[in-house]
Amino acid sequence: MAKVQRLISIVLRLAAAAAAAAAAIIMVTSHETTSFFGLEMEAKYSYTPSFIFFVVAFAVACVYSLLVVLVRPGSTASRLVLMSDVIIGMVLTGAVAATGALSEVGKNGNTHAGWLPICVQVHEYCNRVMGALIAGFVALVVYFLIIMYSLHELAEPLCSCHY
Amino acid sequence: MLTRTASWTSHSSMDLEHGSKKPSAAPTAATSTSTILQVRERFMALQPIVLRASAILATAVAAAVMGLNTQSYTAVVAIIGTRPLMQTFTAKFSDTPAYFVTANAIAGAYNLAVLLMRRLILRRRTASLIVHMLDMVIMVMLATGAATAASMAYLGKNGNLHTRWNPICDKFGSFCNRGGIALVSSFIGVALMLALNLLSAAANASRPNAVGH
Repeated sequence: MAKVQRLISIVLRLAAAAAAAAAAIIMVTSHETTSFFGLEMEAKYSYTPSFIFFVVAFAVACVYSLLVVLVRPGSTASRLVLMSDVIIGMVLTGAVAATGALSEVGKNGNTHAGWLPICVQVHEYCNRVMGALIAGFVALVVYFLIIMYSLHELAEPLCSCHY
Repeated sequence: MLTRTASWTSHSSMDLEHGSKKPSAAPTAATSTSTILQVRERFMALQPIVLRASAILATAVAAAVMGLNTQSYTAVVAIIGTRPLMQTFTAKFSDTPAYFVTANAIAGAYNLAVLLMRRLILRRRTASLIVHMLDMVIMVMLATGAATAASMAYLGKNGNLHTRWNPICDKFGSFCNRGGIALVSSFIGVALMLALNLLSAAANASRPNAVGH
């Protein structure tokens, strides 16, 4: 029974690491240059602090997930791992939220602030950022599952599934 | 499993005996340390109330300050002949998606409801679990609202040179200041709700040696 639990936990963490790595890589490789009325316009992730935060947060989450697989279950380190899981989940939530807000402004603009939408000019860049957001959202869902599963392992509130 | 449920029922019967706000000390504690334990239990029982009240305050302040945040100024746009043409520029919070204000308002109302219904929830197992789940959901909602508003505030303050988005904080200074205050208050609310979450998690654990009520 413990082996099955450990296997499920490892599979979930590897999936989270893969999704987080995908999100970070897709965001980093989003780069497009276009010429617009004679002006050259370049769109890169590093021009926006929210996107930089997104990349850094997901890279850290990926490395963290891979490292945590080595922790033995049931030791005190596993309680620490649960706590840092929650913290990393919150950081990822913040990153996805901030990037989502910025992408919405980039797509629709904001007439009251005089900000024009840029997605018409840099269409490919916007698609990449959307892909990165989707991967980030998947990673967030998997992290949520990891946290729920760890909580279920440590303290089973209503279920008497295991001893 | 039998011993675990037995310890849980004995704990809850002690709750029913001594009232909901003051959980009793452990029956096997010596009398000399029982007063210290009682004081400590009382302090720990008060913690969720204080935390919830502060969370209500923080989120309500954030929602109110951002909701009433509006600033307008009139400027001369053009001069036709001898008459200057004035136009009023207004900045309201509802220009950006009102997710921040909605999230803070919902969180404040939820915390208020939980605080008022505390007596009903404290003794029941499923109800306190449901409250814990809702606590987590509301906390994540608050966190996303705060993160969204923070990225918007950064954009409004510094602009983005590459997309030719100009900063608006130099024109609407006090709008930005009030928005910043609301944002800080919302972050404090998120931190308080995180503390509440940890407290609920400790209280809901079904281990016999768990700390909390």
